[in-house]
Amino acid sequence: MVNSAAHSLTIALAGNPNAGKTTLFNALTGLKQKVANYPGVTVERKTGRWQLNGSAADLIDLPGLYSLDATSVDEQIARSVITGEQKGVKRPDVVVAVVDATNLERNLYVVTQLFDFKIPVVVALTMIDVFEKLDHQINVEKLALMLKTPVVAINAKTGRGIKELAQEVRKASEQSDSKAPVFDDADENSGPHAKIFARYSFIAKAVQESTRHNDTPKLRISHKIDKVLTHKFFGLLILVGVLLVVFQAIFSWATVPMDLLEQGFGGLSALVKENMPPGILTDLISDGIIAGVGGVVVFLPQILLLFLFISLLEDTGYMARAAFLMDKLMSKVGLHGKAFLPLVSSFACAIPGIMATRTIENRRDRFATIMVAPFMSCSARLPVYTLMIAAFFAGQTVFGFISVAAVLMLAMYTLGIVVAVIVAFILKRTVLKAPPPPFLMELPDYRLPNLRTVLQNMLTRAWLFLKRAGTVILAISILLWALMYFPRDLAPTQPSASEAAQAVAANGEQVPAEDVVKESEQLKHSFAGKLGHTIEPVIQPLGFDWKIGVALIASFAAREVLVSTLSIIYNVGKDADAESTTLVSAIRDAKRDDGRPVWTPLTALTLMVFFVLAMQCMSTLAVVRRETNSWLWPLFMFGYMTVIAYAAAFLTYQGGRLLGYG
Amino acid sequence: MSENQRDRKMTEQTTLNTLPIGACGRVTAVNGDSRITRRILEMGIIPGVLVQLIKSAPFDDPIEVSVRGYSLAMRRSEAAAIEVTL
Repeated sequence: MVNSAAHSLTIALAGNPNAGKTTLFNALTGLKQKVANYPGVTVERKTGRWQLNGSAADLIDLPGLYSLDATSVDEQIARSVITGEQKGVKRPDVVVAVVDATNLERNLYVVTQLFDFKIPVVVALTMIDVFEKLDHQINVEKLALMLKTPVVAINAKTGRGIKELAQEVRKASEQSDSKAPVFDDADENSGPHAKIFARYSFIAKAVQESTRHNDTPKLRISHKIDKVLTHKFFGLLILVGVLLVVFQAIFSWATVPMDLLEQGFGGLSALVKENMPPGILTDLISDGIIAGVGGVVVFLPQILLLFLFISLLEDTGYMARAAFLMDKLMSKVGLHGKAFLPLVSSFACAIPGIMATRTIENRRDRFATIMVAPFMSCSARLPVYTLMIAAFFAGQTVFGFISVAAVLMLAMYTLGIVVAVIVAFILKRTVLKAPPPPFLMELPDYRLPNLRTVLQNMLTRAWLFLKRAGTVILAISILLWALMYFPRDLAPTQPSASEAAQAVAANGEQVPAEDVVKESEQLKHSFAGKLGHTIEPVIQPLGFDWKIGVALIASFAAREVLVSTLSIIYNVGKDADAESTTLVSAIRDAKRDDGRPVWTPLTALTLMVFFVLAMQCMSTLAVVRRETNSWLWPLFMFGYMTVIAYAAAFLTYQGGRLLGYG
Repeated sequence: MSENQRDRKMTEQTTLNTLPIGACGRVTAVNGDSRITRRILEMGIIPGVLVQLIKSAPFDDPIEVSVRGYSLAMRRSEAAAIEVTL
């Protein structure tokens, strides 16, 4: 391999998870990073530019791995990058193997596998300071000699060894003959696992010669911390406490910035309306694009906060403990212990919850978790529950002291959990059938979080969310807007509405009440309104009329849209919220053609059950599409959740009628 | 069955999942030929290595094992494949 000075090098970073790879990657590339997915899989592809003694090199951050045996997707990707088979990635000239000095033997295992690819390897030894604090000693030169590979001790935070690492990488790229040992397949003849044994005995010898261990090591700090954090009783208690804080943050702390964003987009939309001539374009921009995109961007504070916590919990090493504590319970359903946190976060919002499933390595376990996450009652369902309860169950009590509102609220949350458990159980035995996932998981030493890594992780996630989900969501918002807006030129049946519309067009002044009438009239004749009429026979067995049908269709964009759509339908104005008395009384007073009330407590309960179980959130579908890299899974999710929701709502309504309610 | 148990006691041969908390053992064999077996070996649990059972999780499963200076969590069902001598 001859390299001219002008030749731009490609360098790959490989190593175990928790070895300090991300910290080193950040230190080498600074803020100039690109994150994308490898085509066809959800393995993250992180690349950056490393200023390597004057000339820039391309740095690829491979996924963290314990082995290169290609049994997991991560390993397959890493392997094909190293062999140069990965499309769109140049075969690296040098691999920098990040090795944690405190965990030398297991970390060196992957290094011996790298040797097999006959690719120049430079070992970057991290955590030496920690290793030496434990009164152990390491002779870096000796280790390099034993491994027949350059070894550089580095500290990404202080910058120690970074220059030397660059020198060694450049040198290695210019050398053609690697002296490192190769463990070829001949070893495999003496038993299926002989190669693994050969690697470890080579490693044991190298480590023995180059390190001196303190015979009476201090009790590791991590073990002391774990005496409390994974304690059979206090450990669970602390886990609940941690979850409460996370929950509190995404549920209530996020509301301040969310309200601000909502107001900001509302203001922007109004500004457009005021300053642009009335017409389709204005309506498209203000009601379609700004309102649609705004409705999604509003989730950003929740996503940022959840990922701040997840990065913190992961970076400190607590996440692995949470999985350790919860695995027994989760495995009863067929899920991995690591599914616990994403599912709990989904109570605030399924979007960050689904994004958080990335910590689950096994694809089937991860998909099963993603598929049931939307059953957790998210914050967007709250306005719907609140409205229904306020309209039909307010002030009632059972046994004289328990409020029906609280019981119903609890029942809705429980219903979601129970269905999620059942569905996960079924999925894991059918479509996502797999032997119980192996748990085998490292409990890394506790570490102080690296602020930069945490922030970078958080911002990367936020950006990915905005970019990818945003494009799909934009398209769907425009579609939904169009459904509710067109056809425009059909003459409305009520002359009063038409006059109102003409009056608005003529002098630009809007009388709120008439405006609402106009909107409601328009909605009735829109495609969405027609759809509402079309689906009426289907939703009639649930006790819903076409107006509720329109609200249902609209709420497939986002659940809380139900409230504003009902407001339009019942002519009380778009800005009515869930506790608005006018909306509540409008719902109570709504009559069918034959004079019977549209809404009964049973209808309200049926609607709530439907909302617990139905997939009415295009943002979630877009995120599922992104995370599973296929349209199949979001469509499957949408399909089966709608079926379950319909069936449960049907049972609720018809069952309720049989019992004499409604 | 009882003979089997006596045999085990005499050679002090047992499996990792039955070790009392805090006990150390030396791995003699890792049984099976599945992906999980391979992963256990690749994580450094190979014949000859010392393992210590640190603790078990709240519902007695999974367990935390110390090996080669790091902590590894595994289910008891996985640990049952790992033979150790005390």
